[in-house]
Amino acid sequence: MGLALFYAAAFLTLLASFGVVATRNIVHAALFLLAALAGVAGLFVLLYAEFLALVQLLIYGGAIIIVILFALMLTRSGEYEGETETRRRPFAAVAAALLFGLMTAVFVADAEQFNTNTRQAIPFRTLAEDLFAAWAVPFEIASLVLLVALIGAVVIGRAGREEDETLPEDDEPDDAEGPVRRGSRRRAERRRRGV
Amino acid sequence: MRSKPVQLAIAGVLFVGVGVLVAVFTLALALLGEPDDNVTALTAGKLVIALFALLTLITTLGISLVWLERKQLGRMQGRVGPTRVGPFGLLQVVADGIKLLMKEDVSPSSSSKAIFYVAPLLVFVPSFVVWLTIPLSEDLVVRSLDLGVFFFIAVSVLSIVGLILAGWSSNSKYAILGGFRSAAQLVSYEIPLILGVLSVVMVADSMRFTDVVNAQATVPYIALLPLAFVVFFISGLAEVGRTPFDIYFAESEVVGGPFVEYSGAHWAIFFLAEYVNTFVVAALGALLFLGGWVWPFGDLGQVPSVAIFLGKTYFLAVVIFWVRATLPRLRIDQLMNVGWRLLIPLGFASVILIAVQRFYGWPTWTLTLMSLAALVVAAWVQMRMQRKDAVATAQRYAQRAVEVQPSRRRPGPESQQA
Repeated sequence: MGLALFYAAAFLTLLASFGVVATRNIVHAALFLLAALAGVAGLFVLLYAEFLALVQLLIYGGAIIIVILFALMLTRSGEYEGETETRRRPFAAVAAALLFGLMTAVFVADAEQFNTNTRQAIPFRTLAEDLFAAWAVPFEIASLVLLVALIGAVVIGRAGREEDETLPEDDEPDDAEGPVRRGSRRRAERRRRGV
Repeated sequence: MRSKPVQLAIAGVLFVGVGVLVAVFTLALALLGEPDDNVTALTAGKLVIALFALLTLITTLGISLVWLERKQLGRMQGRVGPTRVGPFGLLQVVADGIKLLMKEDVSPSSSSKAIFYVAPLLVFVPSFVVWLTIPLSEDLVVRSLDLGVFFFIAVSVLSIVGLILAGWSSNSKYAILGGFRSAAQLVSYEIPLILGVLSVVMVADSMRFTDVVNAQATVPYIALLPLAFVVFFISGLAEVGRTPFDIYFAESEVVGGPFVEYSGAHWAIFFLAEYVNTFVVAALGALLFLGGWVWPFGDLGQVPSVAIFLGKTYFLAVVIFWVRATLPRLRIDQLMNVGWRLLIPLGFASVILIAVQRFYGWPTWTLTLMSLAALVVAAWVQMRMQRKDAVATAQRYAQRAVEVQPSRRRPGPESQQA
């Protein structure tokens, strides 16, 4: 039964991954990616890595796919229509084949190292102790990287906001405002100065 | 644009693919922890039957909520609600359901058919799958997972993808605006919701629902963690889009949001998912904060534990509908302010307070004091901020009234002179 489930999940992952690269519609591709990632989560479950599976679902299925969809829908996908029709296709195929061969070779060569007989569930508590005690420093470094990325995103976002000043001024006073927006406050000030 | 048969074929493949995926995933999760020998076709069959029973049960419960809401809103607004079909209008919802199923299923001709038909499934399936691990009583649960609480959070996030895809695939501006709004709102409120749940997990020392409930045998967590409950309840309301947080399908703004183009059975799926989600939030509130099927004040005798749990859940549902009957809808910037400036700091405050209490081993009643103190401080700060905002807005409007008035006049002889 476990084996059947494994093949079902693996088949689904592969099929969906193929769908990601085969489809022309970019939103379909995102949906296929979601299916592939969920399939990987299923594989994690079958390896008794329950926590990892749920994290996979939460982070990739929840957060990353949503961000991807957001980005796709806010950009005009029509502009990139012929983008895949390049002469570089053969090189890409070769690179992909090389990578696949390398990974297969590594797995086959080190086959003895992998424990293929027994699956073992790791208690959640042990995982937490490892993560926050034994590997606390790498964990903190990772969170630092995320924090830097977060601050960077805010800085870039705010830098774009400064350009509001160059926007043409609207004559009508905008009613229905939320909390004071910086742009409108500046506009009000300029109006007061009579510019 | 592809021809129609090809599109329908893609829709079919996607539909079946998602269905198979969900089935595989559910089964795998449900079978988890069983030694390989025990996992036979028989246990899998039992599980499938259990899942079908669960589907029937939660559909019935969801439908009961629709009736309850209509009746309650009616009474609160001086009406009587549905009365015609069945005693007390009980069968009105069933009649509505039959009507919806018999309606023609229209889809916009320029919609992306495959995604248009998968999206309702993506919204409904997570709200159903979370019930896999939510216990109705000590023994009445499909699978009591070790990570039950986390399972709920991880799975329920998936419905956001369904909403945003529903909005996009409809190819309608109201629908896509609603889709964006839903994504922004649900992703924002996911964080305080998780922080509220995390507070409970920290105190209970377990993510298993049964452990969390049994830890509340003497004192329900709402007494220990009022702050976490407030954060959880408000963000839970926002997660399921109940008023005052029904921004993403607000009728007067985006005329139904992501669901605007749906009709018939597909719309019914969205509708059902909404009420099932409401029930999930009420049930989670009952389990995590009100003590689930445990009654802390003495022995209740013969009352079955399921009845206690359902009673608490329906009580929270009534509170949710009460809030709906009372409060107007927030504006979208107010929604973001409440989420990011109020609930997330409060959620972190709650987690930090509990961490401090547990690290120094203070007695548990200090949690109540600290939570209440944090709530009072937050309320005070919020009132000050709102006051400041209101004063600033009033000043701005007063100033503008002075400045803008002359320019609004029609150009007359005097203004030409000037």
